[in-house]
Amino acid sequence: MADLRNSFVGIKSPNPFWLASAPPTDKAYNVERAFKAGWGGVVWKTLGEEGPPIVNVNGPRYGAVWGADRRLLGLNNIELITDRPLQVNLQEMKQVKMNWPDRALVASIMVPCEENAWKSILPLVEETGADGIELNFGCPHGMSERGMGSAVGQVPEYIEMVVRWCKQYTRMPVITKLTPNITDIRKPARAAKAGGTDAVSLINTINSIVSVDLDSFAPNPTVGGKGSHGGYCGPAVKPIALNMVAEIARDQETYGLPISGIGGITTWRDAAEFLALGAGNVQVCTAAMTYGFKIVQEMITGLSDWMDEKGHRSLDDIIARAVPNTTDWQYLNLNYIAKAHIDQDACIKCGRCHIACEDTSHQAITAFVDGVRHFEVLEEECVGCNLCVNVCPVENCITMDALPAGATDRRTGKPVDPDYANWTTHPNNPMARQAAE
Amino acid sequence: MGTCISGIREGRLSPADYEKNFTDLHPPLDRHQALVASDRCYFCYDAPCMTACPTAIDIPMFIRQISTGNAVGAAKTIFDQNILGGMCARVCPTETLCEQACVRNTAEDRPVEIGLLQRHATDTAMERGIQFYTRPERTHRRIAVVGAGPAGLACAHRLAMSGHDVIVFDARVKPGGLNEYGIATYKTTDDFAQREVDYLLAIGGIEIRNGQKLGRDFTLGELAENFDAVFLGIGLAGVNALRVEGEQLTGVEDAVDFIAALRQVDNKADIAIGRRVVVIGGGMTAIDAAVQAKLLGAEEVTICYRRGKEDMNASEFEQELATSKGVMIRHWLQPKRVIGKDGRVAGIEVEYTGMQDGKLAGTGETGILAADQIFKAIGQTFDPASVPNLRLDGGRIAVDAEGKTSMARVWAGGDCIRSGEDLTVTSVAQGRDAADSINRALAAAADPAVAVA
Ligand SMILES: Cc1cc2nc3c(=O)[nH]c(=O)nc-3n(C[C@H](O)[C@H](O)[C@H](O)COP(=O)(O)OP(=O)(O)OC[C@H]3O[C@@H](n4cnc5c(N)ncnc54)[C@H](O)[C@@H]3O)c2cc1C
Ligand SMILES: Cc1cc2nc3c(=O)[nH]c(=O)nc-3n(C[C@H](O)[C@H](O)[C@H](O)COP(=O)(O)O)c2cc1C
Ligand code: SF4
Repeated sequence: MADLRNSFVGIKSPNPFWLASAPPTDKAYNVERAFKAGWGGVVWKTLGEEGPPIVNVNGPRYGAVWGADRRLLGLNNIELITDRPLQVNLQEMKQVKMNWPDRALVASIMVPCEENAWKSILPLVEETGADGIELNFGCPHGMSERGMGSAVGQVPEYIEMVVRWCKQYTRMPVITKLTPNITDIRKPARAAKAGGTDAVSLINTINSIVSVDLDSFAPNPTVGGKGSHGGYCGPAVKPIALNMVAEIARDQETYGLPISGIGGITTWRDAAEFLALGAGNVQVCTAAMTYGFKIVQEMITGLSDWMDEKGHRSLDDIIARAVPNTTDWQYLNLNYIAKAHIDQDACIKCGRCHIACEDTSHQAITAFVDGVRHFEVLEEECVGCNLCVNVCPVENCITMDALPAGATDRRTGKPVDPDYANWTTHPNNPMARQAAE
Repeated sequence: MGTCISGIREGRLSPADYEKNFTDLHPPLDRHQALVASDRCYFCYDAPCMTACPTAIDIPMFIRQISTGNAVGAAKTIFDQNILGGMCARVCPTETLCEQACVRNTAEDRPVEIGLLQRHATDTAMERGIQFYTRPERTHRRIAVVGAGPAGLACAHRLAMSGHDVIVFDARVKPGGLNEYGIATYKTTDDFAQREVDYLLAIGGIEIRNGQKLGRDFTLGELAENFDAVFLGIGLAGVNALRVEGEQLTGVEDAVDFIAALRQVDNKADIAIGRRVVVIGGGMTAIDAAVQAKLLGAEEVTICYRRGKEDMNASEFEQELATSKGVMIRHWLQPKRVIGKDGRVAGIEVEYTGMQDGKLAGTGETGILAADQIFKAIGQTFDPASVPNLRLDGGRIAVDAEGKTSMARVWAGGDCIRSGEDLTVTSVAQGRDAADSINRALAAAADPAVAVA
């Protein structure tokens, strides 16, 4: 059996699946249930300053995007940080940590961007026995209007400053949670590192309006006739999160900085992908909010079974394995040539590959052969773009087969060059010509 | 509970059982079910389902419209091709048409529920009373349509869409043809046939004259003289005879008449049914008669068909429907003699059949089935008496590819012509296309003669 035990910046948990700071980790009741279900750790719902807690809207706070069969693909929320008094949260955290010493319990914190605010809350959190803190620089609505959350996360200098205060006033490991609502994710990551952070976690939610109510002409969720943008999460954001994780994992300046991967993780496979792209563990929110805590059991068994099947013994065997294979476009091998191939036995003759290629790609798939409905790739036209594979409703019916070196590419009439050659040296690249001259 | 008293009698069941037995065969999809079902459509290119539909409804398009919450727009997509799309959604043997062609069959042996989705869309628009077509300016062309069945109605609607005045003559008391008098009760509940006729007539410009019979009240020659064009959609009036001894005995009945009576009666308990019923035939009519006999409380219902299972005109689905209701289907049996007692049916002697030298033949071996009621469902025939001057083809009205008959200005379509299967949807397609042909002919005739230099 694969060993799923995880150690992230020294914080130990029986598996790499943590619940992200959000409603699932709002209070002891939820967290106890989550631990019973098998979650390896939690990042407690973000704590705010001492004093009267923030308030949430009293109308709807979620909006959603659905796929086939009303499968939830994207969730949007306008919830703020915890709306419970700080002392209540702290007491509960302490009790839960005592009850579950083997699980990770991290406190998420968001207080004003003033040294004193951070200095005063840190000892209180430390006193609970929490394993670490996560700095919430991500919340994109409400809190940001008050100069917190993503308002900090969007200014690298502030990030660095706050991280530095935290490192100064606590011995707990510091995880800096980044907002994706920024042009280049490497900048805040570098700033966090410069401030001395132990790790980054990402992504928080993405600014979004999920839909507009066409009767009231207001964005959803509509609160008393008005709506505001919210934060987007769930399966739809996974590709964005994966890229951001990879950007940090392969950036020279932040290379090796521990990353807690978050964003759309719904199955063991999603989690494995984050780990492969450099995440040291993962955090989940929407999947738990959609299906309940039990899904972690699918994640644990799925990851473990896959690791067993592939002979990976521990998480270290897979973490960051895909990072060296993630590169820039300019370094892709232009001599690699693939052609689509349609398995006629699997083909159900829906014709989607034909119309996609015919209307929007390279006119490389037949609709009729000898007067019979038949879909077949014309290798002399196929550029290997993969569109047909992506629109085909049958898995593995269309495959992209690489041409072996020396074979003739029927489209160009030229043999496949066995050597690697990329854009940087391509004759059509003006820069390459300049360099050569 | 049924009663087992022999003979043909009424009220075999309790009112609640009648109610239960004659409700919708396929209950309609609600909005959620329709969304789930519509999500399964792949929006195929050059979709096979569309090709399989005799009226060529743009099925992927209307299903996509349902999936985006636009069931009303979906209804328009359907009605554009098939103004009786509501009835077709209920009665089409989709298992041999669109749904058979669905590529999901290849993928997972379960097609998209096209018929039910079509019903969802058309019901939605009709329940909201939404009309999609308005009559343009009148052309003052007058066209006679004979027969208010699916063919005649589809033709009339198309013609009204072009602004012509259409007069529909029908021999029966109510319009609708077999939609009103033939389709099984559980396929079209709640007086849908008449509601659909009303919905269709709302376009205006169509006048229906019931109780008007061609050949009795007027002749084809008169119509051709008094109208700019004539369309004949008179269906099949004749019924094949068994041609065996005892056919005249009380208790031997036409399945079509039985079905019509059942459709017209207010209280199903008033329809008398035998204790042991034998249905002769192997098509849709045989199945409908047998199933409904069973639903009326007959204890034993047996279909006798003279060929094998594969030869039956009734689809696999319909055969299964019958057997699931407790009907027994027996193959390779042909009627030899109806046995009577006191002038009433007491049984039927049947002969086993088989293929000899590629031909169907009796084997000489016989047996007797006890029966107090026998339904003949061995096919309807075209009765040419009302159209003595028209050329026939295979016993039905001969037409060209556009539906033109041998007589100038006279078109025909539906069951009364030979081409296509005898189905509601085929009749609609033929009526509609004949209307287009009539329009083209009228337009060509109206073109001022071009002076030739
Ligand atoms: C029992 C039964 C069940 C069926 N079930 C199905 C089914 O489930 N699904 C399916 O797709 N198809 C079914 N069919 C077939 C379908 O009903 C027919 O194919 C279709 O109705 C033919 O349409 P039509 O307009 O050509 O003729 P009809 O529907 O027969 O209409 C002809 C009309 O012409 C009128 N008429 C006839 N002669 C004259 C005259 N001389 N003067 C004036 N009017 C006249 C009649 O009164 C009638 O109203 C069934 C048929 C039968 C008999
Ligand atoms: C309702 C809701 C409230 C959230 N509140 C917080 C929060 O208080 N602090 C925080 O750091 N992130 C918060 N998040 C963001 C999540 O922790 C997580 O980063 C994001 O949802 C992406 O992960 P997912 O796709 O698995 O949901 C919240 C998300 C949701 C849906
Ligand atoms: S890979 Fe692209 S170009 Fe080739 S057949 Fe498929 S869609 Fe057409």
